[in-house]
Amino acid sequence: MKDWREDKTFFRATIALPVIWFFIFFVIPMAIVWAYSVGENVGPVDVAITGTFANYAKAFAPEVLKVMGDSIWLAALTTLICLVVAFPVALAMTFADDKQKTWLLLLIMLPFWTNLLIRTYALIAVMRTSGVINTGLEGLHGLLMTVGLPLGSFEPLPLLYNKFAVVVGLVYVHLPFMVLPLYAALDRLDKSLIEASLDLGAGHLETIRRVIVPLAAPGIAAGLVITFIPALGAYLTPDLLGGPDDLMIASLIERQFKRANDWPFGAALSFILMYITLLFFAVRAFLERKGGKVGAH
Amino acid sequence: MSDRDTIIRVEEVTKRYGKVTAVDRVTLEIPRGEFFALLGPSGCGKTTLLRMLAGFEMPTEGKIFIDGVDMSSIPPNKRPVNMVFQSYAVFPHMTVFENVAYGLKFDNVPKSEQYGRVMAALADVKLDHLAERKPDQMSGGQRQRVALARALVKKPKVLLLDEPLSALDAKLREAMRFELAELQDKVGITFVMVTHDQDEALAMACRCAVMDRGKLMQTATPSNLYEFPANKFVADFIGSVNLFEGTLQVDLPDHAIVHSEELGGQIYFDHGVSGASGEKMWVGIRPEKIELLKREEGSNPPTPEDAPPGCNVAAGTIRQISYLGSESIYEIDLINDRRMQVSRPNLSRWDQEDFTWGDDVWLRWHGDSPVLLQS
Repeated sequence: MKDWREDKTFFRATIALPVIWFFIFFVIPMAIVWAYSVGENVGPVDVAITGTFANYAKAFAPEVLKVMGDSIWLAALTTLICLVVAFPVALAMTFADDKQKTWLLLLIMLPFWTNLLIRTYALIAVMRTSGVINTGLEGLHGLLMTVGLPLGSFEPLPLLYNKFAVVVGLVYVHLPFMVLPLYAALDRLDKSLIEASLDLGAGHLETIRRVIVPLAAPGIAAGLVITFIPALGAYLTPDLLGGPDDLMIASLIERQFKRANDWPFGAALSFILMYITLLFFAVRAFLERKGGKVGAH
Repeated sequence: MSDRDTIIRVEEVTKRYGKVTAVDRVTLEIPRGEFFALLGPSGCGKTTLLRMLAGFEMPTEGKIFIDGVDMSSIPPNKRPVNMVFQSYAVFPHMTVFENVAYGLKFDNVPKSEQYGRVMAALADVKLDHLAERKPDQMSGGQRQRVALARALVKKPKVLLLDEPLSALDAKLREAMRFELAELQDKVGITFVMVTHDQDEALAMACRCAVMDRGKLMQTATPSNLYEFPANKFVADFIGSVNLFEGTLQVDLPDHAIVHSEELGGQIYFDHGVSGASGEKMWVGIRPEKIELLKREEGSNPPTPEDAPPGCNVAAGTIRQISYLGSESIYEIDLINDRRMQVSRPNLSRWDQEDFTWGDDVWLRWHGDSPVLLQS
């Protein structure tokens, strides 16, 4: 009997369904969107595929470039904050015992299983003018007034509908994307390397800088890319938490398909977003090949 | 009370993890310059004790002094000790040179001096030609040398070695035993080694501490551990031993006799022992200290050379033989089905043919062969 691994019929039978699925639900829609991106509006609902690059050219208009620049900047800031917050969390998790690890991982994963809309509205409830934070501050303010501090009247902090709110929301949503790859990389790290560093006279910070970070570099690179890409394409969070000036690229795309009714331009923007994403994947692959010599055995 | 020549003093140290006591009131002194081994089966607490010396674990009770300084509040990176880890823990992202130079940065050794010291340490472990290699291009034995050089270059007061030979193959292990002992002689640093391998400990160490279930069983030179074990555990753990339970019958200053049901006879000691008459005790006899003689059907037992007739002899039949080249080990069933082990050196090229399976034999031993053991 032939080994099933060499049996071509078996291979085709198992691969057929995913390939068909991938084709119908990914390749064809993408092709349609791409076709739209080189088309023109000829009526309220009709698009003629004319092969024009005018839609792509429109993306270089200053106001569109600003949105793209803002998107990249906000996503980059989000990624950086995620790294700074997630690194100690992931490191601490690797030192927990096995039972605690399961619970900590569950806590990190839990938001994933909650609807994004619910989480975002919860964040609004916390941050709005009459929200948890401002109410708490007002209470504190009142208390300080009664003990005689001359503070003046209470001004609620403008926490919502600005770039601050967008970054807070993006960090909140994307933190697990950073924690998990970092945790995976740090957990694989031989703990005796850390002990060896301490034993040789290095302090904790020196050990992190000279041993842990270099060895976790592939995990850090993975975390940066995996966090940055969805943050760059984030739609709901900036849309709900940002103000009118804090548009990100996904909201701009949405507007083309809906309010502006300019499907060709929306399609072109979608592809530009995808090209940027692919660029970052390429950067990651490059970094990995460079880092692979160090990290892997 | 601290002796100038004591480098490590462990005082009544206990380490508990929750309800588990890993190290139980251990007191120990290690003189400067000694090659000391902590020996015991896995889970006996030897590694925990070593990690407490390094500072990775803190004693629950008791104190550790290194060179007279209380280590209670001193973290690992400030202790005058360095460790060679079981997994070697060589930094994979650094070259051999960078690995060895790593620890010098924190000792404020000037850059100009670093190069010389690193190369000298690498020369000590015969790796100076591989300074620019990355660890993943090296064998396990070479990585261990890197770990050794990396620790020794800091000139620690004590070098800690955690199962240093366990990951090496048999031939290399043998060679490294001598090399480590020579290296220790050369650098003159106190070595404290943890091992579960009694041969390793006996071959390399000046003195060994045998541990079992967190407790220190005996601290002695290798030959004293083997010839004068303090208790049943040590006798059994170090080498092979035939153990018999018996009752002390005669207890005089110059000799003693223990009667053992198990053996079906008397065991004569040519020296006095400490114990009360009628007390139950354990007697151990090493396999190589027993003589094998042919036994004819219905013959009388041979007379012991230095014991009263009827003592220190037993009758049996050979059941198993392990021929090991330099010696043969015979498993012998006594008349009462108790099994004994006897080893016999093959001094001539024909000695192994003297006895074969099923032979009836007498076992005989001298009055100074048996040792009395506490259980």
